[in-house]
Amino acid sequence: MEVIVNGDPLEVSEGITNIEELIQELRLEKKSLIVEHNQTILKKEKHKETAISEGDRLEIVHFVGGG
Amino acid sequence: MLKVGKATFNSRLFLGTGKYPNYDIQKQAVDVSETEVLTFSVRRMNIFDSDQPNFLEKIDLQKYRFLPNTAGAKNAEEAVRIAKLADASGLCDMVKVEVIGCDKTLLPDPVETLKATETLLAEGFTVLPYTSDDVVLARKLEELGAHAIMPGASPIGSGQGIINPLNLQFIIEQANVPVIVDAGIGSPKDAAYAMELGADGVLLNTAVSGANDPVKMAEAMKLAVEAGRLGFEAGRIAKKEYAVASSPKEGISIGE
Repeated sequence: MEVIVNGDPLEVSEGITNIEELIQELRLEKKSLIVEHNQTILKKEKHKETAISEGDRLEIVHFVGGG
Repeated sequence: MLKVGKATFNSRLFLGTGKYPNYDIQKQAVDVSETEVLTFSVRRMNIFDSDQPNFLEKIDLQKYRFLPNTAGAKNAEEAVRIAKLADASGLCDMVKVEVIGCDKTLLPDPVETLKATETLLAEGFTVLPYTSDDVVLARKLEELGAHAIMPGASPIGSGQGIINPLNLQFIIEQANVPVIVDAGIGSPKDAAYAMELGADGVLLNTAVSGANDPVKMAEAMKLAVEAGRLGFEAGRIAKKEYAVASSPKEGISIGE
């Protein structure tokens, strides 16, 4: 299955069905990050219950240095 | 004690987290500054490099209140989206509205800043808008319900210090919410001056992160903000046109 993450296509392994599993596959589960799924911003507790499917658009953002 | 929305702070120095030489120096600078508020930006993550370090991993998250900015937003809609992204982290409840309207000067777009502030206030955010040093704009932001006003001292990152103390003073005198002077601070002198003018706090970044010795500069800024505040509270003497001797005139013939 292919999804668009941060503007680029990403091939996701078979068996990945929700955001939480995708984050684990990317080894980002320990990071402070925020996910926007098809323009809906998700709180962390929603990651597990949010299903992903072919062609979904995801933004994965985090805090970086700034003034 | 500084009160912004529901939060109270002992320190009146807000510190940015951009452009430090490395995370260790940054951590030391943040520690020595004794700041309680750190600003951050929200950006896309490099999802292919999970080992990439982040400053948040270096600090005790409980010790600081995070003030994410909406830097990168070109209009109110983008600023609101960035604020909501930051909010979804669960790490912050305040936001610094920053909508840049001019790429060359990085001066804020006043109309979009007002719109974003209004929307985010309606959504329940604690909103601190970054504005130019426009007195009327500051008042309008306060009327909307902004929890603090953050007028720039001079253009972001320029280190020019306070180029229009008169406007800042007007804003400070009229405001009924905290005024945090933000952007353009170059030296401890500038930070102290802002506080002497009656500002409730100072937000700075490059003045510390870009200093030859960021840790030492962080301490200098801490002391400058404290000194400026004490000076403001103590009340400076009036300026006079001519000299006024501070020694008594009586007994002046002692040397004859």
